[in-house]
Formats: sequence, structure tokens, C-alpha cells
Amino acid sequence: MPLKIIKPGLSTTIQDLGRPGYFHLGIPIGGAMDRYALRAANMLVGNDEGAAGLEAVFMGPEIEFTEDATVAVCGADMPMMVDGEAVEPWTSFDVKSGQTLSFGFLKTGARIYIAVSGGIATPPDLGSRSTYPIGSLGGVEGRPIAEGDVIPIGGGAGKAGRSVPAELRRGPGNPAQLRVLPGLYWNRLTDAAGEGFFEDTWTVAPEADRMGYRFRGGRHLEFVDREQPFGAGADPSNIVDGCYSYGSIQVPGGTEPIVLHRDAVSGGGYFTLGAIISADMDLIGQLQPNTPVNFVKVDMEQSLAARAERKAGLQKIRDALA
Amino acid sequence: MKTRYTFGGDEHIYVEMDEEMSLDAFFKSLSMSNAVRDADIPGVTEICPANASFQVKFDPDVTHPDEMLRRVQELEHKAESAEKRMTTRIIEIPVYYQDPWTHDCVMRFRERHQDPEGTDLSYAARINGYDSVEAFIEAHHSQPWFVSMVGFVAGLPFLYQLVDRDKQLEVPKYLSPRTDTPKHTVGYGGCFSCIYSVRGAGGYQMFGITPMPIYDPEQKTSYLKDFMVFFRPGDIVKWKPIDRAEYDRIEAAVADGSYAPRIAEVDFDLEAFNADMEGTNAKLMEALNAA
Repeated sequence: MPLKIIKPGLSTTIQDLGRPGYFHLGIPIGGAMDRYALRAANMLVGNDEGAAGLEAVFMGPEIEFTEDATVAVCGADMPMMVDGEAVEPWTSFDVKSGQTLSFGFLKTGARIYIAVSGGIATPPDLGSRSTYPIGSLGGVEGRPIAEGDVIPIGGGAGKAGRSVPAELRRGPGNPAQLRVLPGLYWNRLTDAAGEGFFEDTWTVAPEADRMGYRFRGGRHLEFVDREQPFGAGADPSNIVDGCYSYGSIQVPGGTEPIVLHRDAVSGGGYFTLGAIISADMDLIGQLQPNTPVNFVKVDMEQSLAARAERKAGLQKIRDALA
Repeated sequence: MKTRYTFGGDEHIYVEMDEEMSLDAFFKSLSMSNAVRDADIPGVTEICPANASFQVKFDPDVTHPDEMLRRVQELEHKAESAEKRMTTRIIEIPVYYQDPWTHDCVMRFRERHQDPEGTDLSYAARINGYDSVEAFIEAHHSQPWFVSMVGFVAGLPFLYQLVDRDKQLEVPKYLSPRTDTPKHTVGYGGCFSCIYSVRGAGGYQMFGITPMPIYDPEQKTSYLKDFMVFFRPGDIVKWKPIDRAEYDRIEAAVADGSYAPRIAEVDFDLEAFNADMEGTNAKLMEALNAA
């Protein structure tokens, strides 16, 4: 009772909430870029919130169902159809055996999450079905889905017509505001560079993927003069290779900030100026190239308040669907 | 050596044992990260030791970040008093320097390099005061290396050469990271060598390539059947320069399952090493050559 992939989209991967526990070996947690959207989609079809679904970026797949299932799609705004008939986003609907789910052109956001009742049932690697193509783990043979793939699902039916209230459909604004807790190697920057980073408007560069999002357009960051520590390398943005935090912001050469995301490299030799707070990581997953972005400075208490607010949003969805 | 504590967002604590690289900082960082693991603090989800630092990932809903920081800081004294010795293994890794595949990649990303007119090796040789690329390559493989970190991507080792600081080779990372690096590239950045375990992005200078896989998610490679990642912190490596014919022979042997890396069990004691580097390395090599 599998799904048949007629068209895979641009880069559609199987994702759940990731595989914690292997970052010390350079294997990142991975999982849905926008975990809020994946959780919401799973709730709508009655799955465990961490069940594996499909994450499609910029372009949706075309999927033929070979058994009846309940489906929900959350995240980016992308029109979708079952056998050519429009269906609503953030709302569960039934697909009958033999019917085809397809998508139109992306309007806003970047990634959709397709949850199917029973979840995607490909074999897990290191405890997760999440696709990590760099390390050939999870997904279908460690890669994004391809035309002709036959993907097993858990089966069973959910309830159609359940919907996430409009005010709980979270996404980034335009310009997007991403909150940053300064820290890590923040002290490498001059005061003027630190202020400039938050004053300037940046835009998402084309090099933006599951590993990291690159930004450009702000002023060049100047570093505090120092004799480089032994082992770091001569460039003032170099450090002795250390661990990277998820969401940490490195700025190689002081030019283009890179925010590490779910498929982050676990360490490296570029300084980091702090990290995007956990509550805003989902939002990055919905940014298209060229989107203007402002980085907003927050402190730890504000970070934790934002974290609690995101959590409360998910609880409201649970309550609304209960 | 001054320990620095900082938050990486609301889910990470980053502990830098020292700004500079040294084996003392490595051992202190490893000991303290082990102490954090043993302390079993509620909410800790991942502990990642690095060259001269380590990171703790935690759930701030379980333990407040300030409390987590306090509990981690409390363990610093354990790192001060820890033994700086370990039983480990020395491994011979074949390297085909100046190979055609990394050379092709070197040329593709010249605009991101400090020296667009040269190659990574000619640049590294020049800034380290070597007359020729060959003399630099000799310096790279003549003495063994210590794996001081595993990470970046799947099982990639960072290696620190077991020589006096004035003999250490140092190069900057690329001005801007490349979007591509061939699988099994032997790279260099700061004072660290590395092996890119998989193809992908990278910022290190590229010197050569090894035919020996060090990561196999399918666990089909003869020496990776127990676990998909080959290296662990504390491993010692000796590069062995090889030519194209030897590269092809080893690659074929890996493919048919007959390749067995040369490995010997050894003890490494930092104080003994600091007291007599050449003598310690000679003993390590003796153990390797007997394997």
C-alpha cells in the first residue's frame, strides 16, 4: 500500500523529527526544517507528531496513492489538487486508491510537509527515517525521492476535514525577522560591526539548503584586531576548529553570514557570532532566495519566552483538533 | 589556558578550553566532556568534544540555561586533575598527493582562494617557508598525527601533527567555503589536516586523496562492519604517500573486501610525548611497522 512517485519535485525528502545522538561524529540531527509544519500536518491526519512525512522544497511532487489514506499538507502556500480538484492546505482530506495528489506553483514560503495517515514507513537509519543525503542515511536509499519510487506507508485512515485555525498557521513575514542570541565568538566583532549586523537588511542568497542558509547584502563585518591564536589560520574570521551549534551564524571572511540548519556540519574553523533562537529555526525553512531578512537581537529570557510561545502554538493546534 | 563559557542560542553551551590548539587543551576538553556525560544532567541530549573545546546540547525546558551552565562549570576541576594518557591505535592511511581529482576541484574554486594564480599546495608550501611542494608534502607525512576531533560531516577526522609547535604547518581556510570537495580528500586548515569522509562543501586547502573509505552507512566495507564511522578522538595516523598505481590497487582491494588497514594498538601519554617527541613517535612507528 505504497505511494507511487510520478514526479519527485525539485528535492523532496522523507523527514521526521531527526536522529539526535550522533552529532559528535558529524552526523546531524536532520529532520524537518519546519518542524512546526510537520507536527501540524501529522496532527491533522491523526499520526504521532514525529511520524515521517515528505518535505518538498519550492516544487511539489506528484504522487499516486495505491490505497485509501488521509492526507494533510502544511507549510508553504502551494495550491494542490487531488485528481485535478483543488484541496485546502492545513486541512486533512481523503485520497482514494488510484487518485493522484499534485501541486501548482509555489506562492509564499519554501517548503511543504505532506503527512499521510500511518506515516511514511521506509526503514530507519540510526533511529530515524530522515533523509541525510550527504551521509546517505534515511529516506529512500539515503537520497531524495525519485520518479518511480514506491514508498511504503503505515496505513490506516484519519479524519478528513480537520483544519488548523488560520491564526495558528505560522510562517515568516516579509521582511522576515529572525531573532538572534549573540554569543559564541561574538566578541571577535567590533562594536560597529555588531551593530551593523542587526541594522542592515540582508537577503537570502541562492546557496540556501538543509545544511545552511547564506545571506548577503549587509555591510562587511570588521573584526577586533588580534594576533591569531595558534592553530586557527591567518584570516581574522578563522578559529581553532570547534563545534557548531544548530542555528549558529558563521561569517567567513566577514562577508556573507551562513546560518547552519538541521543538516548542519558539526564543527569547523569559522567564527560564529551567535545563534538563531530555537523558536525561529522553523521560519528559516520557509525562506525563499531573495527574501529580505532582519536579524533581531534578543537575550536569553526573550529566547525562552519565544520558545514557550511556539510550544503554546502547537498546544493550541492540539487543543483545536482534540 | 583560560576556559570560556558561552551560549549557542537557547539550546547549546559552548566551552572553549583554550583559544589556541594544543594537546593539553584537547585532553582537558575530552576529560571535561566525559565528566559532563558521566554527570548525567537532566536535559542534556548531545555532547560533542572538539579540538580544544566542546559543546553540550540540551533542552532548556528541562533544565534552565543558567542552571545548566552552573552545573557544567562545576565540573571543570575534574578536567584539571584528569590523566592525560590513553590506550589507542595507530593507523597507516595511504595518500595520493597531487591527484587529478582534487587538482580539478582546486582549479574550479580559484576565485574563493587567497592565491588564485597558484594551487593549494604551492600556496601552503610557500607560506610555510618550503622551497618546493615536494618538501612540503614530505613534512606533511614524515611524522604521525593525532585525531583531536571527529565531526564536520559524517565521521571526518581532524588531525594534529605530533611535532613541536615550531614545526607545525599552518594554512588559512578558503576565503569562502567551496560548495564541493571530492570524497576522501586530504585537506588542511589552520594547523589541522583532515579527511573528507564524503563529497560536499568544505573550506580546507586540498592536498591529495586517500583510496581508503572512512565512512560507510551500508557497513559493507570490511573494516566498517561494526560501525559506519572509522575514526574516534585519540586515534593516531601515519600518512603513507602512494602513487596512482598503488591508489588503484587499494581501491580495487577495498571494493573486493580484501583491504585491511595497517593498525597497531599503542599507548599515548602526553607527558612522555612532551618530554621526548622524537622518541615517542619512533616507538609509535615501531608498533605500526610491526603490525
